[in-house]
Amino acid sequence: MPPKATLTAPAPQLLAFGPDAVIVRFSLTPDPGANAAAQVFSQLVEQSRHQGLIEVVPSLASVMVRFDLAQVKRGQVINELSQLLQGTDWTQVDAPPPTRRWTIPAVFGGETGPQIDEAAACAGLSREQALTTLTQTPLQVLAIGFAPGQPFLGLLPDVWNFPRQSTLTPQVPAGALVVAVRQVVLFANPSATGWRWVGQTAFRPFQPEKVDPFPLRNGDEVRFEQISDTEYRALLAGENAGADVAHCEVLS
Amino acid sequence: MNGRINILSAGPGITVQDLGRPGRLATGLSRGGAADRLALHEAAALLGEARILAGIEMAGMGGNFSFSIPTRIALTGAPMHASLDGKPLLWQASHHIEPGQVLNIGGAKAGVFGYLTPAGGVQNPTILGSHAAHLAVGIGAPLAAGEILATGADKTPERPANILQVRNRFSGGQIRMMPGPQTDLFSSDTLAAFLGTVFTRSPTGNRQGVRLDHDGAPFAAKLSGQASDLITPGDIQMTGDGVPYVLLSECQTTGGYPRIGTVLEADQPLIAQAPPGANVSFTMVTLEEADAIYRPETSQIATIRKSVQPLVRTPHDIQDLLSYQLISGVVVGDED
Repeated sequence: MPPKATLTAPAPQLLAFGPDAVIVRFSLTPDPGANAAAQVFSQLVEQSRHQGLIEVVPSLASVMVRFDLAQVKRGQVINELSQLLQGTDWTQVDAPPPTRRWTIPAVFGGETGPQIDEAAACAGLSREQALTTLTQTPLQVLAIGFAPGQPFLGLLPDVWNFPRQSTLTPQVPAGALVVAVRQVVLFANPSATGWRWVGQTAFRPFQPEKVDPFPLRNGDEVRFEQISDTEYRALLAGENAGADVAHCEVLS
Repeated sequence: MNGRINILSAGPGITVQDLGRPGRLATGLSRGGAADRLALHEAAALLGEARILAGIEMAGMGGNFSFSIPTRIALTGAPMHASLDGKPLLWQASHHIEPGQVLNIGGAKAGVFGYLTPAGGVQNPTILGSHAAHLAVGIGAPLAAGEILATGADKTPERPANILQVRNRFSGGQIRMMPGPQTDLFSSDTLAAFLGTVFTRSPTGNRQGVRLDHDGAPFAAKLSGQASDLITPGDIQMTGDGVPYVLLSECQTTGGYPRIGTVLEADQPLIAQAPPGANVSFTMVTLEEADAIYRPETSQIATIRKSVQPLVRTPHDIQDLLSYQLISGVVVGDED
């Protein structure tokens, strides 16, 4: 048998992750319940304040817990996390309701979304149907990751559950909207990607010059508002000049 | 007295680096920092420092530098051609430099990333708690000719030069990996084939990661469409076409492509420093072995310091000084 990192089965699974971390995985594939479980469990671990835990990071369907090996061994961390997992049916956890709603203007198709038709075809939709879904589905920030402040948004309806491309697109620009596996990602930086590029926004999810460089948070609601290419270019000029291009509404 | 480094000329890939920005994965910001972290620990040990100093990382090619104050510097990581006012300097060593002297650092003789660390550390302004450029996310930028960097003072510039014997980690070789959360997504046949393959470090590579080329079938996972999950430096990621990339300092924080395992932290300098064309292959250790091999980074300087030696013997260091003939106060150096 080859060596394994799996420490328990079935889900939620505890998995060794590099020299000083453990991942608690609620699902291998994108799943609304697993995302809710990851958000709730990460808060539980944060609040537990167990000795030696130095970083707790929720992701789409998992939580990473990094520990200080000078204070605690991997086995102790596994025991502590197992105890925190006990007593809850993690398939039946509700995500906390969003506390903020963002409206982000975006242009779809054309030079700033060349794969919109390809993505629509993957979903078995017309371009118009795909655009309606992308602009009318209330999306949630399921995780911040890949690059600073960069949101994974979802989930789109099940027909959007198509995989990434088998080869990387060499580069999409900052602000690119890309789709795969029922999610939309808004790229923070120019990046290579296996996701299909369908649109573009002037909004920057990482604003290093601002007091809070990371405007989006886990659990925020996001809607895309379709604009023209001309409007996008005007917003981009404004964004480069430091204006806020997205609208954030605080929900009670 | 604080000082300045004048960048008189610069290769295309030189940046300020320290140990980066740990603990910010929840914001999507990867740790970054030196591609070969061991080299910064070696620099601190050579300079007699207990803390890690920010230095200049040079990918493949250095540049010309001068300093505004008397200072010691350490040259570590990938060995590069180096000279001071035309006189050759040893690598893996510390040296004394006077204001006005020109330090020339040329191409790498082996490996990829060389490091120039002043004894007072580079003191450019910090962003999110670190001096380091993180090119992938747009923090900082490569250094260019004409730039001036602030440095801290060298409190003991007269301290003698040191040298360090280091294991060759600059030409690829056998690299140890441990299983990770997605190792099980590969069949045991695919894993065995991966471990039996000799790869070539591709010319495609940077501070984010390096691509590995091989002849033969790609290493496809059993499943696709899994949720993106957290990434750690050293992860060996298979893109959709089954080509492995080893992720380095500036890797993304999450990714959807499955990772067949993680290079042990102790061996990450080996993969970062493997030059294009070098052969690399992998051996898998168990989780228990990986945990037993692991040493916290904070313990490294003390360990390395045991291997630091004086570069040349000076009269001060020679116990039986009187047995040496001192003519006009000059020791020729070949008396014994």
